[in-house]
Amino acid sequence: MAEGLLSVENLRVRYGTVEVLKGVTLQVQMGQIVALIGANGAGKSTTLMAISGLVRVVKGSIRLAGEPVDGLPPEAIVAKGVTQVPEGRRIFPRMTVLENLLLGMGPRRQKQERRKELDWIFELFPVLRDRERQLAGTLSGGEQQMLALGRGLMARPKLLLLDEPSLGLAPKLVAQLFEVIRQIHRHGVTILLVEQNAYQALRVASQAYVLESGCVVLEGSAADLRENPAVKQAYLGG
Amino acid sequence: MTPGDFFFQQLLNGLTIGSIYALIALGYTMVYGIIQLINFAHGEIFMVGAYLGLAAILLIGKVHPGLNPTAGLLLTLLAAAVGGGFLGLVIERVAYRPLRQGPKLSVLITAIGVSFFLQNAVMLVFGAQDRYVPPLLQVHRWQIGSVTVTLMQVIILAVSIGLMAGLQRIVYRTGLGRAMRATAQDPLAARLMGISVDRVIAATFCIGSALAGVGGVLFGLTYSTINFHDGYLIGLKAFTAAVLGGIGNIPGAMLGGLLLGFLEAFGAAYLSTQWKNVVAFTVLVLVLLLRPRGLLGERVAERA
Repeated sequence: MAEGLLSVENLRVRYGTVEVLKGVTLQVQMGQIVALIGANGAGKSTTLMAISGLVRVVKGSIRLAGEPVDGLPPEAIVAKGVTQVPEGRRIFPRMTVLENLLLGMGPRRQKQERRKELDWIFELFPVLRDRERQLAGTLSGGEQQMLALGRGLMARPKLLLLDEPSLGLAPKLVAQLFEVIRQIHRHGVTILLVEQNAYQALRVASQAYVLESGCVVLEGSAADLRENPAVKQAYLGG
Repeated sequence: MTPGDFFFQQLLNGLTIGSIYALIALGYTMVYGIIQLINFAHGEIFMVGAYLGLAAILLIGKVHPGLNPTAGLLLTLLAAAVGGGFLGLVIERVAYRPLRQGPKLSVLITAIGVSFFLQNAVMLVFGAQDRYVPPLLQVHRWQIGSVTVTLMQVIILAVSIGLMAGLQRIVYRTGLGRAMRATAQDPLAARLMGISVDRVIAATFCIGSALAGVGGVLFGLTYSTINFHDGYLIGLKAFTAAVLGGIGNIPGAMLGGLLLGFLEAFGAAYLSTQWKNVVAFTVLVLVLLLRPRGLLGERVAERA
């Protein structure tokens, strides 16, 4: 078995008295794209929030390259190379595109490194270069998603967590977005992708997990899951 | 005095007191911008700053009576800024941070509690009576026509402009400022970017409180007497200034402070000094009624 980059074991999380994750176990190997699919409220986003250190883990463990990271504050997890691009993009609307990107880089970086990262991001997303000085809130939805991705990549993460990146994008943009995700992956970034668009997610990923009411109900290679009758019926429209 | 000179004299008076309001209003607006808390203890930090200034002046007089007055002024301002900033840090850490996950009302009530605590602490240390603040610099005035400009007014303007320019620089040109604005716009996203939100909030309290501390010294030197109650009224007025400019908006606090200073000065001059506070608080009521987001508190359209 290849080296496990992220390993989540029996993860339990509750909001108040409601148990949202009831023992989720999943693995992400270095260099993979892993998809986490499931219906609304299945606990996909909560899983990512737990990995990012934003919700308290009741039970279970989260390890990064073998090292436990649950219980660490979010900034420590970012520093360890795990960045999340949250659902709804959540760019800073009243700051410029450039400022958004610089924020993604974290506080402790040098000036020269900054230029290098920016060049990389602008190469991936040329549209952002043209809009460098523009307020992020004035970008179109698709451009905002590119900015959110670019901002997440500024930290040069080992593992990128993507929460519903295709949400609210026009179909043409969705195809473009998944192309960008492939490109990011080709740059050597490991990706854990949460998606409701199971069709696209299972095409881009190599491994996948299906989450239902806080439990992993199916897992396997994305190719197998694409052919799985239950998955076809529930998530791929028959 | 011609009506024109009279007008300019009031303009100058308004500019002076308005600058002090602006310095304090910045602390209200910065803290509100970042954690949506009206820090009711902020006026007391201003008041403590005034007393720290008094203590510094007395101490300098005792330890080093022959000290150059300019150096004395700088030391006094520095003492109040450092002391005020430190006080802000302690208050945030001890009184507000433990309640951050709790209901907003708990923090608000705690802020009022902190304000009582500081008033009474200062009263116990310095006494309940008015305290005289000895002038650091010799009284100096210039006559321009029949308009009188005092050295203290010039100092207040210079210090306020300098501090506001410095703040503007921190907020819009440094990593800390970027982190502060990001936290104000979306704390969750800021945390996902690896920003330590706790530290950013602490820094915000520290900077705002340091400005209030300096405001306290300038106030004490201008009016020559201070009282442990002063934080209440001045704090409320600075809060009015922050609301007038648009709470949460930094340039708004500066503008609001100056406008309130002008309104007060003209109200006092053309109506009567007894109307000064009425004018100030009528402004608060009118702004809250007619334009609750304040003059500059307009939000940029946020597209999904």
